Amino acid sequence: MAIVFKDLPDEELIYGQKSCQGCAALLAARLTMKVLGKKTVLACPACCFAATTSVYPESAVFVPNAVTAFPALASTLAGMAVGGEALGWDEDVTYLGIGGDGGTIDIGLQALSGAAERNDNILYICYDNEAYMNTGVQRSGATPYGASTTTTPAGICSKGCDNTFKKSLFEIMAAHRVPYIATASTSYPKDFMEKVAKAKAMKGTRIIHIMAPCPTGWGYSAEKTIEIGKMAVECGLWYLAEYEDGKYKLNMTPKEFKPVETYLRAQKRFKHLKEEDFRRIEGYRDADWARLYRLIQM
Amino acid sequence: MGTKAFLSANEAAAHGVRLARPQVIAAYPITPQTTLVEKLADFIADGQSDARYMMVESEHSAMAASLGASMMGARVFTASSSQGLLYMCEMLSYVSGARHPIVMADANRSTATPWNIYGDHRDAMAMRDSGFVQIYVESGQEALDTMIQAYKLAEDPTVMLPVMVNLDGFTLTHTYDLVEIPDQEDVDRFLPPFVTSNKLDLADPKVLCGTIGPALHTEGRIQQCQAFETAKKKIAEIDAEYAKLFGRSYHGMYEEYRCEGAEQVLVVTGSAAGTARVVVDELREQGRKAGMIKLRSFRPFPKEFFASIAGRYKALGVTDKSISFGYDGTIYSDVTSSLYSGGQCGTKTANFICGLGGRDVSKDHILEMFDILRNLSDGKCEDEVQFIGKRW
Repeated sequence: MAIVFKDLPDEELIYGQKSCQGCAALLAARLTMKVLGKKTVLACPACCFAATTSVYPESAVFVPNAVTAFPALASTLAGMAVGGEALGWDEDVTYLGIGGDGGTIDIGLQALSGAAERNDNILYICYDNEAYMNTGVQRSGATPYGASTTTTPAGICSKGCDNTFKKSLFEIMAAHRVPYIATASTSYPKDFMEKVAKAKAMKGTRIIHIMAPCPTGWGYSAEKTIEIGKMAVECGLWYLAEYEDGKYKLNMTPKEFKPVETYLRAQKRFKHLKEEDFRRIEGYRDADWARLYRLIQM
Repeated sequence: MGTKAFLSANEAAAHGVRLARPQVIAAYPITPQTTLVEKLADFIADGQSDARYMMVESEHSAMAASLGASMMGARVFTASSSQGLLYMCEMLSYVSGARHPIVMADANRSTATPWNIYGDHRDAMAMRDSGFVQIYVESGQEALDTMIQAYKLAEDPTVMLPVMVNLDGFTLTHTYDLVEIPDQEDVDRFLPPFVTSNKLDLADPKVLCGTIGPALHTEGRIQQCQAFETAKKKIAEIDAEYAKLFGRSYHGMYEEYRCEGAEQVLVVTGSAAGTARVVVDELREQGRKAGMIKLRSFRPFPKEFFASIAGRYKALGVTDKSISFGYDGTIYSDVTSSLYSGGQCGTKTANFICGLGGRDVSKDHILEMFDILRNLSDGKCEDEVQFIGKRW
């Protein structure tokens, strides 16, 4: 499923949205649609994507698009896929869901679990900007340790978010034995789009969990979105991996991690952290990678 | 025409759903709805229905999946009860606001706490403002026939509203009766396949269930109100058309039973109407001027009818299998406000709260209600809201 950029269609199927400058969530959606094309039916829950693309009477989405309730992306999308099958729609139509980390990992997890268990024919993209950004940067189950959010503000009695790890959608969905789950980053567009292309060619419940840096919520200037996303992967605080045919695979295994402080210091949400916090975060990172290495040996 | 079978109301309702040919069913089990969705699973297993049956992991997902399938243009069915209905509540307003004509059954059951699996109307009454049409049935036969009528109503291009058909938990859902099952070809003539432009379409991309801000939100709500007004007429028209084809009528939104010359009339909703019918017959034999109004459609509410009977009877009682804490029974408050909507009433009214948490509504209870109404007619004082059949 090699993606050659110059062969991609010029046509944009998502444009004119009202997202913040440098929004990687909308970038992830745009790159997805470049691969999937017009034979796609989209659903999204209440989230940044819906709020910036689908406010009547305007639409920035040029395929059929259903906005649903916050906990209900996977279940609504599953109903669409089953409805399409019942009505005899072409088999190569992609039923695409785009939702954020809160809508997926927290409030939408039960519905996604149900869809995955039934192996409904859906492609689910979770853009992870590591907090409830649409409602104003509140902590989610995907918010990393030490991040100052509006519900975990840093202060003399608080280090910010105290999650010691990001809830692993990757492992949770692999435990459902779905045909395909991958992690990705908007800073690695070729890797991401190849994963979308691979998922498009498959049937059943396919999930891609893509890190999507958020200049507004993370506190960096908009032009640095790609750079920040790269730094996250290079310092080992995000990873590119796949689960397919019952096997885990790492797409990038950095020989040596870059220092976490370079990544963390580049964002206002971590500006209160000190040397000891960086070491602590490195410890969490190393534990996560030890888990990942154990998984790929399974 | 048709075949006869000895069925519970849940099974009868399932036959009605089967005959309506839904393309997608999404349901999650809850007592006392279970035997309805089990029967539908049997139909699919036996090749009597080609619906896709989604085994969802919750009621919230049942209604969300129903919404998804309906947005594709499929005819959809779901069913729930009690806590399950409360759990899917969020999705009810999505479905109704976006005008997707999903039909559901509610096997009416009380809501916790105290946890209670038996019948009353607390679940459906909590969904009063969900934007679903609410029809209550009296018997298994009516459950079957109403399912078919419900799709006709929901999918009418001038209505396009979701419909909740309410069956009293256990009293109806698990009680057997002789039911006539119409032939498929007759139902097909009455209920053609679902066609809509309010769907997702690759050739005509649009947003469904989109966000609408203050500038246009009110106008959308006005359209919903207009659809409910249209439904008032359509419920009667559809029932009349059904009666022509199948020989059974439920008189539209309400039925007046032996109300000619009556002085005391009781408004009854759901299965208790069957008991009240018998009591009215017995009272009439004794020479008492008793009558019954069976309320079939709670939303839309037949406000104009109740306004028109203000002053007609000496006393009007209303049964409620629920109560709005801090106020009266929900149906009673709608009836009385309708009676007074013309500015005067002239009829004395009383509210009878009964049948809570599955407590039987017996003939003696109904008789007690009529006695209270007679006292009111005779100028005696009675509490306006009374719990009937209470222990203390």
